[in-house]
Amino acid sequence: MQLRDPAHLVSPRAIVYWTVRAVPLWVLVLAGESFWLWSSPDHPGLPVTVLILTVLFAAAHLIVMPRWRYRVHRWELTATAVYTQSGWLSQERRIAPISRVQTVDTERGPLEQLFRLANVTVTTASAAGPLRIQGLDRATAEGLVAELTESTGHSQGDAT
Amino acid sequence: MSMIGGDRDDGRDDSWRRLSARMLLVHPVRELGQAIPALVGLVLAGRAVSDGQMWWLAPLGVLVVIALSVLRWMTTRYRITPEQVQLRTGLLQRKTIVTPADRVRSVDVTASALHRLLGLAKVEIGTGSHDPGSGLSLDSLPVAEAAGLRAELLHRSAAASAQTDTSRATSETASDTISATPGAGFAAAGPVLPTAAPAQRETELARLDPRWVRFAPFTMSGVLGAAAILALGSRFLDQTGFSAGDVGPIREGLGYVQRTPVWLDILLGLVALLVLVTVLSIGGYVLSYWGFRLMRHPRGTLHVSRGLVTTRATSIEERRLRGVELTEPLLLRAVRAARLGGITTGLTSRGSSDGGSSLLLPPAPHAVASDVAALILRDPTPVDVALTAHGPAARRRRYARSLFAAFVLIAAAVVGIVLGAPLWLAAPAIMTVPVAVMLAADRYRSLGHAIAGSFLVTRAGSLDRRRDMLECEGIIGWNVRQSFFQRRSALATLTATTAAGRQRYAVTDVPLSLALPLANRALPGLLGEFLVPSRQD
Repeated sequence: MQLRDPAHLVSPRAIVYWTVRAVPLWVLVLAGESFWLWSSPDHPGLPVTVLILTVLFAAAHLIVMPRWRYRVHRWELTATAVYTQSGWLSQERRIAPISRVQTVDTERGPLEQLFRLANVTVTTASAAGPLRIQGLDRATAEGLVAELTESTGHSQGDAT
Repeated sequence: MSMIGGDRDDGRDDSWRRLSARMLLVHPVRELGQAIPALVGLVLAGRAVSDGQMWWLAPLGVLVVIALSVLRWMTTRYRITPEQVQLRTGLLQRKTIVTPADRVRSVDVTASALHRLLGLAKVEIGTGSHDPGSGLSLDSLPVAEAAGLRAELLHRSAAASAQTDTSRATSETASDTISATPGAGFAAAGPVLPTAAPAQRETELARLDPRWVRFAPFTMSGVLGAAAILALGSRFLDQTGFSAGDVGPIREGLGYVQRTPVWLDILLGLVALLVLVTVLSIGGYVLSYWGFRLMRHPRGTLHVSRGLVTTRATSIEERRLRGVELTEPLLLRAVRAARLGGITTGLTSRGSSDGGSSLLLPPAPHAVASDVAALILRDPTPVDVALTAHGPAARRRRYARSLFAAFVLIAAAVVGIVLGAPLWLAAPAIMTVPVAVMLAADRYRSLGHAIAGSFLVTRAGSLDRRRDMLECEGIIGWNVRQSFFQRRSALATLTATTAAGRQRYAVTDVPLSLALPLANRALPGLLGEFLVPSRQD
């Protein structure tokens, strides 16, 4: 017995989104190392080595991470459950029954708006259980929210 | 949770009740205590400004504090209707807090030493909301009224929700009489009731045996409590400008220490520390748990009462109770002891979920803890069931993680020695290897899971080993997490999410081939549509 992948991929634009989102951190790290190099002009050996390694590492991360994520990040909504998969090195699958869904949020940050993406967060009564689907096409996200709202409206009880 | 501001002045009928007038003796005393720094400031300011002419500032301050307490008593009223609990406070800014009775999840009755002297108790009504301002606190009522109120609230709430909530069948249907329950927390030496008591009597599930005090030194809270008292004491001494070296006996003691060899000093210091920790932890145990009793009311509530100076009585509705945690940290395990905590919806807003309100049994013999857990769950199987081990891959992972930490320490020590640190630094670093091996072995031994009756049982940890017994019905989703290394060894951490207790109960490093059938059995149907036969089947 094994758990199959959720049915749907996210939008391919998410690859660019994840890449751009990861850039600022690397820029910050590289800036710090450049400052180190600048402040010790007498012994440039070590800072230069570190700088080159960081550039290589950053390039590898920026190339591999978004594509890997794109292959992993998936979602599915059925009549009874929401099922998501996310991560890259560390991966997580989350399943919640529709009957226990409490809120459905959709959010578009400035960067996501730039790439016409949206993310959807489905929460249950447990603080440990929010299901977050990143990098959805805006239309898909709206459709998903509408569908979820429709199907959760039918279930009753306080979902605890 | 609704906070209705404004003044709905329809409630001047006689069902509005006041807090006890004796509270007027509690509040000014306590508030004067809190106001002392300000009052001292006033006195000093009065002196400084006009050479004693402003002497009346301080008495005025005292008067204002007292007047405010009186005013608060006069303006605070509460009322309990069949549907709601209402609390009105404030003179200029009237505030009415309304809580639906069926949202009442716990009722705590606490009484500090001052309260007890005056025969008062404070009632705190928990609603399970994560918003800290939404709970109701009635400070204070006469003891009998507080106990009665607790019974009334819980039973109303049980009755109000009996029609809507079918999650846990209590043995009683909603009946109209409110039982004349003696306040469980305050009838300190009540008779031990037989199990087959009449329907309206409480059953005792557990009671503190004074011999359990011997476990106190083996609790972390005992050690931490001792440390906290020491820290407070030294800060207090610092602030009063007291220098230990000025006191004759201490000076002589220091002189003695300087004359004797170092190993003897360390030994004596350790013995002194041991004695101190023992004494303080026993003190702490007695203070918090003296008179501990766990009672079950047939209407479906558990009552916990305990405390020596400050007494505390907590009531938990059984339909909010989703399971029990049996905690056995290494030290307690060494003396075959364990403690119990409840997995409850609606008590998490009190901060730590393993302390405070959800305590169901203080450190007690393991056998007693098991029996009490079985009584609480009404099913002995989750406690007794043999757990399924997680296999060789999980064992390798325990060793790998544990030894990795040890090797990091050794590497750090090597680097330190190369850079000129003393050579003996290597000894403690190497000593971490056997410790790591033992820890890994114990961590693997702890690891296990089972489905027993209607409960998911999972156990993990060494220094802080915990056996969680969670009602499957309380599970509201699954998280299956696999790190890079877990994927390589076909392991996963299966987490059951729930609205109760810690919100997440994990089955750590379980082979994927066991995890999925486990999840499927615990909550049939949810996973089914996503499961496919493995490739190798």
